[in-house]
Amino acid sequence: MSDSELDAMAGQLDVILSAVGRVQQVAAADIPPTSHAVPLTNVFRPDTAAAGLSAEEALAAAPAAEQDRFRVPRILDDE
Amino acid sequence: MTPELTRLTAVETAAKIAAREVTAVEVAQAHLDRIAEVNGTLNAFLHIDTDGALTQAKRVDAGEVEGPLAGVPLALKDVIVTRNVPTTAGSKILEGWIPPYDATIVERMRDAGIVVLGKTNMDEFAMGSSTEHSAYGAAHNPWDLERTPGGSGGGSSAAVAGFLAPLGIGTDTGGSIRQPAAVTGTVGTKPTYGGVSRYGLIAFSSSLDQAGPCARTVLDAALLHAVIAGHDPRDSTSIDADVPPVVDAARDGDVSGMRVGVVKEFAGEGYQDGVTVRFEEAVATLAGLGADVVEVSCPHFDYALAAYYLIAPSEASSNLARYDAMRYGLRVGDDGDASAEEVMAATRAAGFGAEVKRRIMLGTYALSAGYYDAYYGQAQKVRTLITRDFENAFTTVDVLVSPTTPTTAFKLGERVDDPLAMYLADLCTIPSNLYGGPAMSVPCGLSDDGLPVGFQVMAPVLADDRLYRVGAALERATGSDRLLEQVTNL
Repeated sequence: MSDSELDAMAGQLDVILSAVGRVQQVAAADIPPTSHAVPLTNVFRPDTAAAGLSAEEALAAAPAAEQDRFRVPRILDDE
Repeated sequence: MTPELTRLTAVETAAKIAAREVTAVEVAQAHLDRIAEVNGTLNAFLHIDTDGALTQAKRVDAGEVEGPLAGVPLALKDVIVTRNVPTTAGSKILEGWIPPYDATIVERMRDAGIVVLGKTNMDEFAMGSSTEHSAYGAAHNPWDLERTPGGSGGGSSAAVAGFLAPLGIGTDTGGSIRQPAAVTGTVGTKPTYGGVSRYGLIAFSSSLDQAGPCARTVLDAALLHAVIAGHDPRDSTSIDADVPPVVDAARDGDVSGMRVGVVKEFAGEGYQDGVTVRFEEAVATLAGLGADVVEVSCPHFDYALAAYYLIAPSEASSNLARYDAMRYGLRVGDDGDASAEEVMAATRAAGFGAEVKRRIMLGTYALSAGYYDAYYGQAQKVRTLITRDFENAFTTVDVLVSPTTPTTAFKLGERVDDPLAMYLADLCTIPSNLYGGPAMSVPCGLSDDGLPVGFQVMAPVLADDRLYRVGAALERATGSDRLLEQVTNL
């Protein structure tokens, strides 16, 4: 983020945080958390092979590609 | 050109095509002409897929595909991926992206003969209540061009209300189908979470996101709901159960003996008088039709907005990490010298808008060590309490009702610099997302400011048919399906 974005956002985030901090007013010490509306466990699909994307299709939207691979900026430091 | 074709409902359109009174190509062309005429004013569509629409219409005319919505045009929210058709989710970071696959609901709509006209405008990554957070400019409300058509799905609601398409698809994480429906005088449903596949829905908050129908009538919405709903093995959160009988319920519309609970917490201060008046009239109408109306208290609904603005940004901060400039989407600053990390930072700085950045910051903060328990953890507990409020209420009533939004459509620019004021637009819609149950907004007349008011119906998980029963009853009694005839300024 730029300095001007940070200046504008810092104040806004303060206001938002104090508003959402209302959740702390609720006495919920012994209440279990809900992460998901539909409790589901161990969902499997049939283990059958199906066609995936070809290399050409997968690379079609790549910012840069080379030799059937995604070409990315350097991921290691110089030293 | 046959402009009157754009004024028909989906049911009427399909009937005319099936009876060969008109071809699907003529219907598609009439809508494409209408879009060409007024989209410059409304900014409802970001991309118009003329070739795709006409190709699909020809398939319908050739008899290759049949069904109750065969040949009916549709406006698709740009958060749903479409093979070979640009998909941006309203963000610069996905500008020009051509997805290599179709969402499940896109496949289902194609198999049903629905004609997708193009992709509609939305707040970036569905974060907003006005479309002003779209990277491609705000959409405008056909009732008053200076006002918002709601958000995030304001492009679809504007398209449906402005007669650019009889049907639309929206997605609803905190109200993004229902609030736009309310402020444009259209019908919008958030199905039960897991009722409609999320495969191919670009993720904002995965435990809350749900796609659903937008339409000008309750029956049209039900028919579209029936097309897109049902189990999908490609979405692990998809519910493996029969689709609720939404179409039968919309045709029936009998509420006699139905127990309707008015949510006590969603009234009073902050609610526009004109909204309250129309809402109370609609409740009285339902009572007059034989429904058993009682007041119900859901004490934790007052904390839903706060819990939502912790849970949704937390999930978003994780989901949006995928925009890393490596495999698709925007890449900025790759000069051969910069590191991957520098390129990622430059890309995200350039590609994300202010609201997305705000929510990533907020979510990252809420999830960070030391703050997790006080914010995200506590919000999840409040989510449990809200779910319990619903479950308690549904032991005594069949549906809960409230206004969909506290106010009618606000003016563009009015709230864009005040994030909290913007968030309040979703005050009444958020609880159903946290709980996972279905909810609908159906028009219940005009406020004294001449703008539409939305009536929200909320039902238990997998009881989506009850929404359509109540919605159809109200629509018949109030004639709300003819409300949009008053939109004549385009």
